[in-house]
Amino acid sequence: MCAALTAEQLIVIERSPYKQDFPLLANNPNLTFLDSAATAQRPADVLDAERRFYETMNANPLRGLYRLSTEATQSIANARAHIARFIGALDDAGNPENDAIVFTRNASEALNLLARTVPEVVRLGPGDEVVISIMEHHSNLIPWQQVCAATGAKLVYLRLEDFSIPAAELEAKIGPHTKIVSVTHVSNVLGVQNNVAAIAARAHEVGALCIVDGAQSVPHIAVDVRSLGCDFLAFSAHKLGGPMGIGVLWGKPELLEAMPPFLVGGEMIDSVTETDAVWSQVPQKFEAGTQDAAGSFATDAALTYLEKHGMEALEERERLLASYLCEQLQTREYITIVGPSEPHRHVGAVAFDVRNIHPHDVASILDMSDVCIRAGHHCAQPLLSYLGWHSTCRASVAFYNDKADIDRLMEGLDTVWGIFNGR
Amino acid sequence: MDVSSLYNEQFMDHVTHPDYKYVLEGATHEHDGVNPSCGDELHLSIRLGDDGRIEECAYTGHGCAVSMASADMMSDLMVGKTPAEALELCALFKSMVTGAEKDDNKLEEELDEAAMLKDVSHMPARVKCAELAWRTLAEMMHESE
Repeated sequence: MCAALTAEQLIVIERSPYKQDFPLLANNPNLTFLDSAATAQRPADVLDAERRFYETMNANPLRGLYRLSTEATQSIANARAHIARFIGALDDAGNPENDAIVFTRNASEALNLLARTVPEVVRLGPGDEVVISIMEHHSNLIPWQQVCAATGAKLVYLRLEDFSIPAAELEAKIGPHTKIVSVTHVSNVLGVQNNVAAIAARAHEVGALCIVDGAQSVPHIAVDVRSLGCDFLAFSAHKLGGPMGIGVLWGKPELLEAMPPFLVGGEMIDSVTETDAVWSQVPQKFEAGTQDAAGSFATDAALTYLEKHGMEALEERERLLASYLCEQLQTREYITIVGPSEPHRHVGAVAFDVRNIHPHDVASILDMSDVCIRAGHHCAQPLLSYLGWHSTCRASVAFYNDKADIDRLMEGLDTVWGIFNGR
Repeated sequence: MDVSSLYNEQFMDHVTHPDYKYVLEGATHEHDGVNPSCGDELHLSIRLGDDGRIEECAYTGHGCAVSMASADMMSDLMVGKTPAEALELCALFKSMVTGAEKDDNKLEEELDEAAMLKDVSHMPARVKCAELAWRTLAEMMHESE
């Protein structure tokens, strides 16, 4: 069972000092948005940045030799440096590894980029193994499933015990045949955080590379790639308050150098002849075509917003909110939490089942009182099958939520239960 | 939208006390319908009489309330209909839930209770739930043609 929050903790989450910074939330005071694991709301600072880019520095980056284009180019460079510092991607001298930050459209594209290019570096083939966990989002599952089908390598799953990957599973599944290990940092369904440092250490022990899907961790916890010890990290800007359409891939510079390009075309070449092409340096090698410069500028602003309030403080608030959510769900006998019952094991998301009521009905009825939750398989069908569920409800919090949001969810759930049980 | 507009008493009655959710004895036609992403699974059966009309329609399976209530309402409506009439009603139902047909009088006259599912046209994510039984019946009819 969840331990009840103390009176002091309840006061912390009673009101949200952040909602006013988010126009969509400020303009819709009756809206209860509990689906931040799908996409976060964006603060005005980010929306302003997007607009400011187009109003003050709009030009095609990299191409032009005039001032505007140079400013656009500089804004992308600044964003790379900011992102590198944000995730602790610093070289030995403490400088941000700007060139190790590759922009993609989203975390899915970053993971697809890796699945298309890393196998060549490690010469993946029959007899080799790619290890992922059973809790992967489809974005970190299907690319590897397809790569294995194409190369003859074997896809191996790390399985769970009490909703976490036990240490013994790492020993058992990551071995001499393992070439690539790709795992999520935080599960988008269960909310549990994996011990990525231990997974990366085990992968390196057997000579494999370690990729981390940070889509659900980077928005909620302070992530430091050096202390994680991983080789790659992928995440999306839209889940941390940035714009949709910007994804980030960080990789160890020597690996990015060794990888072939993903998409080819404009901007990613040094020279082209009728029969051949020479690729640009990293990261441009991976960024074919005109990039969403306004999006990276706005992502820069999203990080500034988070840093203004402090990731540690936001993380602490989110843990209290997730705990309160967990605690409240457990007060209803008709609800089963699909995931750990301990509140401290939830980062952002809590999946649950309302007895004998299909999650789509739950979500539709909640929507009628402006409560937004996710219902379905959460792009993690293998996980749900493994756990014995077809679909679940999922509520997820971000720091801008408050206690009233969760109380309105609970009222809504009581209404759902009442409708289906003649009350 | 108000909760009572869709999940009202009459609708819930079809969910909690369905009239046609059983294994049909002597079925002449059977067909399965699924919504893989929702997990809705429906097994639909009809018994066609010597006069070429549907004598009985029943279903088994599981899914959300919208898919199950819709199957129950449809089963009731189909009794006495010819396959051609049934197909026309399936097409009309589809027009209703996708928002193409908005004539309330026509809908209520032809679809009877199932007309209450017109609110689904405002809920795009639920259209395929509501359609499941009707789509399954239409497939069954086309297959037997």
